[in-house]
Amino acid sequence: MQSVFSNHSRGYRGALSLVLPGAFLCVALVSSACNKSSSASTSTDSSAKVEKAATPAATERSTEATGATVLLPPGLEKSTTKASDFPTAKIMTTGLKVDDDSVTVGILHSTTGTMAISETGSVQAEKLAIAQINALGGILGRQIKVIQEDGASDWPTFAEKARKLLVNDKVAAVMGCWTSASRKAVLPVFEKENGLLYYPTFYEGLEQSKNVFYTGQEATQQILASLDWVNKEKGAKSFYLIGSDYIWPRTSMKIARKHIENVLKGTVVGEEFAPLGNTQFGSIINKIKLKKPDVIFAAVVGGSNVAWFKQLNAAGVTAANQTLLTISVTEDEVLGIGGENLTGFFSSMKYFQSLDNPNNKSFVEAFKKMWGEKSVIGDVTQAGYLGPWIWKAAVEKAGSFDVDKVVAASPDIEIKIAPEGYVKVHSNHHLWSKARIGKAKADGQFEVVHESDLIEPNPFPKGYQ
Amino acid sequence: MSLNEIGSMVAMQGFSGLSLFTVLLLMALGLAIIFGQMGVINMAHGEFMAIGAYVVYLFSQLTQNYAPGLREVYFVPAVVAAFFVAAAVGYVVEVLLIRRLYKRPLDTLLATWGLSLAMQQFFRSFINPKEVSAELPEWLLGAFNPTPSIQVPRNGIFVMGLTILVTIGVYTLMLKSRWGVRIRATTQNRVMSSAVGINTDRVDRFTFALGCGIAGLAGAAFTTIGSTGPTSGSLYIVDTFLVVVFGGAANLIGTIASAFSIAQAQSLLEFFLTSAMAKVLTLLTIIIILMIRPQGLFTTKVRT
Amino acid sequence: MNLLTKKLSKTDLIGVVVLSAIILVLFPTVFSIFRLNLIGKYLTYAFVGVSLVLLWGNGGILSLGQGVFFGLGGYCMAMFLKLEASDPIATKIQTTPGIPDFMDWNQITKLPLFWLPFKSLTFTILAILLVPAFFAFIIGVAMFKRRVGGVYFAIITQAVALILSVLIVGQQGLTGGINGITDLKTMHGWDIRSDSAKYILYYANGVLLIGCVVFTRWVLSTKFGMLLLALREKEDRVRFSGYDVANFKTLAFCMSAVMCAIGGAMFTLQVGFMSPSFVGITPSIEMVIYTAVGGRMSVVGAVFGTLLVNFAKTFFSEQYPDLWLFLMGGTFIGVVMLFPDGLAGLFERFGKPFLARMTSGKASPKKNDEPTVAVAAALESGGKHG
Repeated sequence: MQSVFSNHSRGYRGALSLVLPGAFLCVALVSSACNKSSSASTSTDSSAKVEKAATPAATERSTEATGATVLLPPGLEKSTTKASDFPTAKIMTTGLKVDDDSVTVGILHSTTGTMAISETGSVQAEKLAIAQINALGGILGRQIKVIQEDGASDWPTFAEKARKLLVNDKVAAVMGCWTSASRKAVLPVFEKENGLLYYPTFYEGLEQSKNVFYTGQEATQQILASLDWVNKEKGAKSFYLIGSDYIWPRTSMKIARKHIENVLKGTVVGEEFAPLGNTQFGSIINKIKLKKPDVIFAAVVGGSNVAWFKQLNAAGVTAANQTLLTISVTEDEVLGIGGENLTGFFSSMKYFQSLDNPNNKSFVEAFKKMWGEKSVIGDVTQAGYLGPWIWKAAVEKAGSFDVDKVVAASPDIEIKIAPEGYVKVHSNHHLWSKARIGKAKADGQFEVVHESDLIEPNPFPKGYQ
Repeated sequence: MSLNEIGSMVAMQGFSGLSLFTVLLLMALGLAIIFGQMGVINMAHGEFMAIGAYVVYLFSQLTQNYAPGLREVYFVPAVVAAFFVAAAVGYVVEVLLIRRLYKRPLDTLLATWGLSLAMQQFFRSFINPKEVSAELPEWLLGAFNPTPSIQVPRNGIFVMGLTILVTIGVYTLMLKSRWGVRIRATTQNRVMSSAVGINTDRVDRFTFALGCGIAGLAGAAFTTIGSTGPTSGSLYIVDTFLVVVFGGAANLIGTIASAFSIAQAQSLLEFFLTSAMAKVLTLLTIIIILMIRPQGLFTTKVRT
Repeated sequence: MNLLTKKLSKTDLIGVVVLSAIILVLFPTVFSIFRLNLIGKYLTYAFVGVSLVLLWGNGGILSLGQGVFFGLGGYCMAMFLKLEASDPIATKIQTTPGIPDFMDWNQITKLPLFWLPFKSLTFTILAILLVPAFFAFIIGVAMFKRRVGGVYFAIITQAVALILSVLIVGQQGLTGGINGITDLKTMHGWDIRSDSAKYILYYANGVLLIGCVVFTRWVLSTKFGMLLLALREKEDRVRFSGYDVANFKTLAFCMSAVMCAIGGAMFTLQVGFMSPSFVGITPSIEMVIYTAVGGRMSVVGAVFGTLLVNFAKTFFSEQYPDLWLFLMGGTFIGVVMLFPDGLAGLFERFGKPFLARMTSGKASPKKNDEPTVAVAAALESGGKHG
């Protein structure tokens, strides 16, 4: 048989080998261009109706804002404070980067690496808040300047950049970190250099530092309320706990277990921790089916979330036959997972983009104007938004940028424009906030089905340690 | 727990094990061809898988944006396209990079690692830094219920079917076709094959491209199981290498046997222990077995 | 041949002196303490680079798991420092005072047995030197006696790195998990976080590194060094000559392991924490590239290679984060294909003749090292298939 790969076709094959990757490249570029203008559909139960949800493309999730003017929160007016009312020498005595018309803060998040997808939202929210504050006249008459550093999803890099921001750049405050690992890595730096960190993620508690303000929920605010709700509403008595294998899910599940066994008098029928990045949940799902729990309580994070929910779905586990409550899925994660895999499952957060109050409406509008119509806003993003506002309020109350004075002035500060409604700073540096349960919809948004009262933060809960 | 339920559980667990087996096998086949036949360590193998996955994703995007009616049928052509795109990229890489490094396997390792870094950044910059998922057609979603208590995921069946097809295809190619003869001859005795008139350069290029194409298929299959991100490739690379090395790199049967035993062991251990310990134990066992029998499970006597 | 007379020649001495001058004199004067601390960190990576020159450049054994030994040394030191920082007074807010904070969060109430010996500094230092050597010994004996080499060995070292990092991350009650061991304060009462401490640690690190450099250079000039070279090229002939190849390989492997461990311990001291992100596959392969860039046969070159790559990394990831990985990937490829001898090779080919010409023909351009480099290059590029 005459080989088809004869000498004549050498040039032909060579050309083909260039054409195909070139075609691939073209398709890639064309598609990313298409992503900007059109939207991706997430499927629903019927094939006929298609609902559109947002899928921001790579460029849209950039953290450089467009030059458009920023929309302001409701009810706030431009301040008339002049910088000269607050001479620099009086308001800053500790060598921070403050001068007569500006003050510098740092933003320290991962814009590259595996965490970039989660942390980009926080960066955007923090920049929005700062832009709004500047538009309203700044703090003590000074405009806020930002130095942004990339933690690159690498905790040692976070520590290095934190040191750079505090020692080299002498910023007055840092909005940063997302994972507990990055926070633990930078904590010694902030405590040694007496810096100020505003940390936006919901986390496991068991920490309280003079130099950190935790604008996200700690474990009791998120877990206990949600367990109480599912016990009351769904009569749940048996629970299967599953999470990723690192400190936040492990600590969360320990607290959950204590609450289930001691307070709700229920049973934990299984507890599983999958390694970070794991994508094979077959065995675990089989184990869960074996035990038939009333509720699956899930704290799976990162890319594993997608595999977890997809494989649950593939195994026939849906909201129709199983209640699932998760504490690690926000609107950001739903984008990757796909609304169709989550429909009907519950998530416990303090903020959902669909919250119906005037603060949130204006926040979402301002966010979309600055970062694009397709933006989704998750719980951590909103908590990031609160950071600069809390700092501003504390500085103004203290009349100074010095960290010790700002910290002393912070307790009991209220933020009435918070998109989640209302928050207050507790003396333990956490926030009073509400817990909400959202039911996932196919379009990637959540329908809020329950809202608790304001919960006092308690990072060291007795009986749960 | 009734006997029926236990039976269903065993069946489903068995299926999980089989599913993992086909995943490992699909990943390892491409690498076995490249490493086993050519002795080239391709650390960028995971990224070729990612190429396949991204091709399927792009097809999915195009379908959603321009031809929503094609949602049910786009998947299979997308998988086929994934094969060809990955193979083409592999061909180019071989010509530009690998062919210069044949005598230096350790250097190939480093160079392909560099390639994998560059490819990851390419995905990040030009496609999407976030994880993306293809929108699957209806016939791939959900589970298939042979009995009311046994649920068999459809995507698992699809991956299995694909793997069987690919394995048969590779087997036929290697053992029954003219090209297979050329490839095996070049592996066993390069100088003689060249003397006999086989164009060893072309054989190498084709083999490498084939291995990369199969990797692309594996990546395409994975879009049914999980999401794809720029670093997805690196999740699988070490497992894939271990499967190949464990099986005895020169041999298809070896790869199949190795993938099967590793998958079953890990699956079973996962059921009874935690995931992390299962992984550690599986890896440790593989290493110990490799220390006792470094050439892997199956070897063919090859004259170098 | 010149190979036989390769002792600590004049060129080597000059190289070491220049290196010492740069590390101990130039950098501290030019850079602020913040940047100097960073450089100190890079210099700890250089320990691994130097170890790979011994193991890979000269012995031909590519280990993609040097992060394991770096991590072992680092974790030993971290455990000691953490125990010191967790005395009952400082930890009184915990449920169980007197144990590290991460154990407390994981509801552990008693210090695990294997932590207890690390209360003593002497034991810690012994552990840093002996534990990695022991590991290396086991792996070496198991692998080299079975004649597992080359590529297979590299893959298995990767698997070992993976196992260790999965184990560390999985046992977060015992090891701090993915957070690592953080918040290290004092060593025997001396505060390692103060500026003066950082200067002292930097100099200590520099001196240790130069010590390793001199040691490696000396080892390479002995008969053992020659044997390693021979092993790299024609292992069978060395075996037929009556030497027990496995023993020598294992010895080289153990030596390199100890060097990495020292680097790891110094890292923990200077940076103030240790995490499993230095133990896995990616950092291990990156450390190989430092050696490759510097010139895998040149000990001094390895240090320069480490510094160069890390400077570039910091600079580019700050300025052009999107471009950085392309550059890194390109470096890997370029170094392997175009500059197999790295910086040292470039220096040999262009720098030395230039310098020789500058000193107006007093020193001849042909130095002892050139034949080695030329021979090695010839051997590598020879036999290109066709």
